[in-house]
Amino acid sequence: MNITEKILARASGKSTVSPDDIVFAKVDKVMVHDVSGPGVLKVFDKLQKQGIDTSKLHDPTKVWIAEDHFVPSAEKISAENIVKLSNFSKKYNIKKHFKYGMGQYGICHTLSHEEALVNPGDVYVGGDSHTNTTGALGAFACGLGHTDVAYVLLNGEIWFKVPETYYFKLNGKLPPHVMAKDFILKIIGDIGNDGGAYNTMQFGGTGIDEMSIESRLTLTNMTTEAGAKNGIIESDEKTVEYLTQRGATNVSEFHGDADADYSKIFEYDASELEPTVAKPFSPDNITVARELSSTELDKSYIGSCTGAKYEDLLAAAKILKGRQVKIRTEVLPAAISIYKRAVKDGLIEIFLDAGATVGPPTCGACCGAHMGVLAKDEICVSTTNRNFPGRMGHVESQTYLASPQVAAASAVTGKLTDPRDLN
Amino acid sequence: MIGNVIKYERDNIDTDVIIPGTYLKIHDYNELATHAMEGLDPEFPSKVKDGDFIVAGKNFGCGSSREHAPIALSTCGIKAVIATSFARIFYRNSVDGAFLLPIEVDDETYRKIANSDQLEINIEKNEIKNITKNETYAMKPFSEIIAKIIAAGGLFKYKK
Repeated sequence: MNITEKILARASGKSTVSPDDIVFAKVDKVMVHDVSGPGVLKVFDKLQKQGIDTSKLHDPTKVWIAEDHFVPSAEKISAENIVKLSNFSKKYNIKKHFKYGMGQYGICHTLSHEEALVNPGDVYVGGDSHTNTTGALGAFACGLGHTDVAYVLLNGEIWFKVPETYYFKLNGKLPPHVMAKDFILKIIGDIGNDGGAYNTMQFGGTGIDEMSIESRLTLTNMTTEAGAKNGIIESDEKTVEYLTQRGATNVSEFHGDADADYSKIFEYDASELEPTVAKPFSPDNITVARELSSTELDKSYIGSCTGAKYEDLLAAAKILKGRQVKIRTEVLPAAISIYKRAVKDGLIEIFLDAGATVGPPTCGACCGAHMGVLAKDEICVSTTNRNFPGRMGHVESQTYLASPQVAAASAVTGKLTDPRDLN
Repeated sequence: MIGNVIKYERDNIDTDVIIPGTYLKIHDYNELATHAMEGLDPEFPSKVKDGDFIVAGKNFGCGSSREHAPIALSTCGIKAVIATSFARIFYRNSVDGAFLLPIEVDDETYRKIANSDQLEINIEKNEIKNITKNETYAMKPFSEIIAKIIAAGGLFKYKK
């Protein structure tokens, strides 16, 4: 069995599983945020009317809560949702509630790794499609809707069809100025935005071994954009060290069998990858950044679970150091822990000196919620993960998805820019 | 189940156009319904009738896990979405929450069904009858667990 099959077999109490089997898997960790939490409460209301007991959760110690989409509260309704979350954690005795304005908080997927909330071999589900992100730690991590999350909260398990696994092998180290974001955009361009639908996308090879945990997280994050059920990378010493540094205890690796089967294997040579951009209006509409060097921009957005981890900010800061932005540029670190590190290491000063605005952790404009949404006809280069019509604001705005280096280089020139071409 | 078709000749109708992100803070079903399909067809809430079906191309509902998407469509009166394929979270949200039926058909059937056609969907026979055109099409049968959850009326009513 490969790693996804092995995790699902363990979690469903079976000695073996195969693709297409239906299993009820015990869930190790579950997350809700300020969109899915109130959605789950709405489901609880409906269940109570049907006589289903919602007074106790299956195991509140497995649950954690993030405040990320509409924080700091964008307006009255968002503020009320935050109050609902506070009441929710109080009523059900959920200890891990990361509240904005009270120390560590941030985007849910970022907290999952920054706070070492998920371990290799875990089944982790969340009320958000980019829950796939956390699979980079060697866990089965999968996004679900409100009804399914409500079911998990009350029953501790959920059904899955065991997916087929596509294996993406990266040979060699990424060249300078090429980031994990470029690699995952290239993959999505190759297989299409339903090319991984219902399946697992697993990453391996020497290029993945070389990669930092944060870079690996960028890959699994965007498996959602190919429709995958989960993205996964086998844990190694780096994973154990990363989680241990962040307070996890007794972390051990969890692996698939060496002779495991994969439905398809895709191989990539790292040296052939280039800075890559997804044009409007789909993450699979890719081209190399150099092809777009005449594209004039209104804005550069460096934020989100995909593109505002510490290394993303570091990569952007290296480019912005001593330079000035020519277009509106927003930098929003994905969690307070990352923000603090960026302050300590001087990155925030570099951003401010370059003329960028630095904002608090939030999903914000990435999902068109608030704090930098786009007007009609505005064109943005963004380190985020989706560029469907209206994703970041007006339905006639345009978003080009790119790496933090491309977003920073483009901020300097005001046009889409390959960082290798910056003077 | 009989209803009329609202057809969108498009692939990849994503959750951002079905219910834009700015409305994710809203959890009142009736209010969500007033914004259904706003990113693609702002007239949708005024033209949709109770019992209607949406017909579209591949990868319907791709993108976010927002249950707001099937909720907004079903609160408008949509009873089924007929598409050549579905994104996984939209599909399971539709079924597990018992909001609407996600029905897969082949490309030829998708092309044959026209806007405003009246259809009768029979999930026992895996058949779609086009009453307007007097044609009958096959639908892809639901997998065993999906059929059982639909028959039960959603995941919470389904007994393992």
